[in-house]
Amino acid sequence: MGKKQLMKGNEAIAEAAVQAGCKTYFGYPITPASEVIEYLSWRLSEAGGEFVQAESEVAAINMVQGSAACGVRTMTGTSSPGMSLKQEGISYIAANELPCVLINVQRGGPGLGGLGPAQGDYFQAVKGGGHGDYRTIVLAPSTVQEAADLVMEAFDLADLYCNPVMVLTDGILGQMMEVVQFKSGTQRELPVKDWAVKGSAEHADGQRRIVTSYYLDSEKFEKFVKHLGEKYAQIQKAEQRWEEYLTDDAEYLIVGFGTCGRIAKSTVQMARKEGIKLGVIRPISLWPFPVEAFAKDVKGYLTVELSLGQMIEDVKLAVGDTTPVEFYGRQGGMVPTPEELLEQVKEKFDLK
Amino acid sequence: METRMLFAGFGGQGLLFMGKVLAYTGMLLDKQVSWIPSYGPEMRGGTANCSVVISDEEIASPIVNRPDILVAMNQPSLDKFGQAVRSDGVIIVNSSIVKDVPVFSQCKVLQVSANDLAHDLGSVKIANMVILGTLLKETDIVKIEDVHSALAEIIPAGRQQILEMNKKAIQTGFELSV
Repeated sequence: MGKKQLMKGNEAIAEAAVQAGCKTYFGYPITPASEVIEYLSWRLSEAGGEFVQAESEVAAINMVQGSAACGVRTMTGTSSPGMSLKQEGISYIAANELPCVLINVQRGGPGLGGLGPAQGDYFQAVKGGGHGDYRTIVLAPSTVQEAADLVMEAFDLADLYCNPVMVLTDGILGQMMEVVQFKSGTQRELPVKDWAVKGSAEHADGQRRIVTSYYLDSEKFEKFVKHLGEKYAQIQKAEQRWEEYLTDDAEYLIVGFGTCGRIAKSTVQMARKEGIKLGVIRPISLWPFPVEAFAKDVKGYLTVELSLGQMIEDVKLAVGDTTPVEFYGRQGGMVPTPEELLEQVKEKFDLK
Repeated sequence: METRMLFAGFGGQGLLFMGKVLAYTGMLLDKQVSWIPSYGPEMRGGTANCSVVISDEEIASPIVNRPDILVAMNQPSLDKFGQAVRSDGVIIVNSSIVKDVPVFSQCKVLQVSANDLAHDLGSVKIANMVILGTLLKETDIVKIEDVHSALAEIIPAGRQQILEMNKKAIQTGFELSV
């Protein structure tokens, strides 16, 4: 473990990438994600990497694709409107089975939206904002330390599954400073990148490598898409992550990711003082969604999001129709208070 | 123990720095800390605030909507956040600028003419540190010596003069009887 540092979430994400061996970063600045690119603009070259401020988000994601195809650990970061621009590239990267890390420090949408924190990109991140049959692994931290840890983990998962991995945060987490300690490198055994485009002389078999996702033969293409499907099924089985807070005896559960999951913990502390047995499920992997967390015998769930309600669809799929799943959300950069959430719990479940 | 603080005023009054000094001090003491700035299209002269939490336990919500301590460096900040302060909390007002201080029955209000005191010390820029000194005296979140250690790490080594000036301002605020 490194020494304790007081860092903004965005800076911690950037430093974690460096520590994870990220050698290239391509991006374009945007509030509230700009500290990621600002930090890497000086830090990456210091660590023996290359940094490019691209002419646009579209250019940046395609540079990431090129870099990933060469077998280099690579990353790009942005905030919501910028992430929309990158979607075509992400679809291509997924199709080419290239590992890379994507950071989205969410702000309000749709459109140019606002600068405040939001979680309205859940659908885009989790369901796939680009075209075609693909999945992106999506990890949602709630503290600066967890953001750093998950970025390091994201690079490993990307290499392990040859797949893009997104770390989905929000403006609060990006701008907030907390204490962070960087963990020492990966312990995981990762596959050799034999597919990397490095020139034929660099490969033992003396053959060149081609990275492409264009299939004119439907039979062959179906076989490839089925292969992707098998990979995604494997990820769903192996990579579900979540945190539980006082769920053991809970009668009601708040479900929230990132910042909402944290606020919900404060609500639980208040509720417990009033004798309400409340707990929290905080999904950490949004895809694969932690379905396993919802095998609980409770009276009701309240899903809390900084959106009009997106993750709630996955919560309902996980819970089934046995237990009521309610929703409360704030939008436009507004964030609920713990007191507000407690009021909602009482109101929705008739606990007044 | 957990202390939730809100620092509010004009951009340029050193609110974010004041919060950072406390958060950094908390880190040196192995406490849990969080610091959130208001962010967006802010500029010098506009409004700015930051939320700081220092805790012995894991910090659940880092957003401070009901502060234990409010530092109000200008009138709009006091008007906006004064009522939100918890009972038994403390409001520290920069009375050089804030002229209309209503009665807050729920908590203690301390008035510090921070700009005037800072001006006498050589720069109005250290009004924030005068207020910080008073905050340290009136609460027992961290000790003044710990804040000195934090400042020594935050302020670059080549700027010893600035470090000394900040320490002097903190001492002035600390020694005030308010």
